[in-house]
Amino acid sequence: MTVKQISVFLENRPGALAEFTKILEKSNIDLRALSLAESEDFGIVRVIVDDPFNTIQILKDEGYVCSITKVIAVEIEDKPGALVKMLNILGDNKVNLEYSYAFLAKKANSAFMVFRVADNDKAIKVLTDNGIRPICHEDMEELFK
Amino acid sequence: MEQYFDPEVECASREQITAWQNDRLVKQVERVYNSVPYYKKKMDELGVRPEHIRGIQDLHLLPTLTKDDLRDQYPYGLMAAPLSDCVRIHSTSGTTGRRVVAFYTQHDVDLWEECCARALAAAGATKDDVVQVCYGYGLFTGGAGLHGGSHKLGSLTLPMSSGNTDRQLQFMTDLGSTILCCTPSYAAYLSESVNERGLRNQIKLKAGIFGAEAWTEEMRRDIEKGLGIKAYDIYGLTEISGPGVAYECSAQHGMHVNEDHFIVETIDPKTGEVIPHGEKGELVFTSLTKEAFPLIRYRTKDIGILYDEPCPCGRTHVRMSKPMGRSDDMLIVKGVNVFPSQIETVLMNCGYPANYQIIVTRANNSDRIEVQVEMTPEMFSDSLSEVAGREKQLVSALKAMLGIYCVVKLVAPKSITRSEGKAKRVIDKRNLY
Repeated sequence: MTVKQISVFLENRPGALAEFTKILEKSNIDLRALSLAESEDFGIVRVIVDDPFNTIQILKDEGYVCSITKVIAVEIEDKPGALVKMLNILGDNKVNLEYSYAFLAKKANSAFMVFRVADNDKAIKVLTDNGIRPICHEDMEELFK
Repeated sequence: MEQYFDPEVECASREQITAWQNDRLVKQVERVYNSVPYYKKKMDELGVRPEHIRGIQDLHLLPTLTKDDLRDQYPYGLMAAPLSDCVRIHSTSGTTGRRVVAFYTQHDVDLWEECCARALAAAGATKDDVVQVCYGYGLFTGGAGLHGGSHKLGSLTLPMSSGNTDRQLQFMTDLGSTILCCTPSYAAYLSESVNERGLRNQIKLKAGIFGAEAWTEEMRRDIEKGLGIKAYDIYGLTEISGPGVAYECSAQHGMHVNEDHFIVETIDPKTGEVIPHGEKGELVFTSLTKEAFPLIRYRTKDIGILYDEPCPCGRTHVRMSKPMGRSDDMLIVKGVNVFPSQIETVLMNCGYPANYQIIVTRANNSDRIEVQVEMTPEMFSDSLSEVAGREKQLVSALKAMLGIYCVVKLVAPKSITRSEGKAKRVIDKRNLY
């Protein structure tokens, strides 16, 4: 019940992200979510794509340093307070978030939150115990049809 | 009026200087041969015996020494006096591997301080002057050397050490310092601060002695103009004693080598052949009078030219140019010796590839060193704090190794340019020479 995220090292300079996305375009890779983290001299771009294994091969061939990380993605109802409720469940159960970002799916009328945590199994258990089911990478297919 | 500390020595005739050198060299060679097994071995390997050295004309027969010999014999292997006769050590910046520890007897300290006193006198200092020493105190020879020289001269000595600019300026204005001793980059920084704070008419500086790092004529003019002083260069190295091996006079054209204590030669760095004065070569020094750590024909790796022409200041000792480059890959950044191999060692210890580039720049007379390192799959993580944390560790490890702060920049794999398959490791944009 996790989604495969690709993290890529980018230099902090003009055009670095453009060059990266150009490669995705050239290889016909469908981008479903993207989040950027930056420090003074470098950045890490995190993406969710349709075919992570193919994508990582292409990126490696292009000379990028990248890795696959399993993250948790959860659907959030589109109404005030929905995110708070979810975060409270994680917080109350001492699940620490390393980072998080959101994406929208084509089909569902709702948003999705991505969570990077230290212990995926624990987070999944906490969520399912509270009636929330994290999606799998395969579910994404349906969402983006 | 030119001032001297010891005019009889500083303005001695060439014949007198040669006579001193002949006499002292013969004695020194005999002494080290008999008291330092390492020298004996090196001389025996070349088939040179002390009796072959009858004067400076035979100097070229002797083996040369390099930093590698010093490292190899660390810490006591090159000592020519019993440890119980020693009163002090100083040490070069750098790693354990590269560190050089030099020992001094009281006699060695005295002669070194005398050399520094000559430098101060040449810059116009007398017993009525206030000498502000803002070279670092400690293992570094800068602070101790000029401090001792100032004492010998009878000047009022302000042992400020480096840094703490507010305090430097307070003492400079309140106590009316007249002579400033520090690195040229710090002098430039002080000059800027003085002018920014509008203190220019409250300072009484008349001269400064600036060494331990390379500086240009342009920088000299900046400092002289900014502080309203005359700026003098000084040369030295811990291995030979410290600052004051050579110093500038009012002519500001080359530094007089204290030839009664040191013989200077220029050699071809490739063949080791002696090069005549007036031509560019690697500077090689022989210590004539030191007791504890007397190096014979020590190769400095500094490239320079020696001038024999009479100097208008009246001193007769040979002059050396500012170092015009290095015959090895050592960099001097912020007054600290940096070898690319040290940076390589740190990178490898921290798990980074040995593929790196060092970029040295100078803005507003202050050095900046940037180490570019290529990212690898092993060092990468999806967590920014993890990657940034490793980067911080690297900065700390570089600081621990080199003693100076380096800017680290993580770059994409294979982005460091390689020419003919080999990366260019150092890009020095300072145009120092």
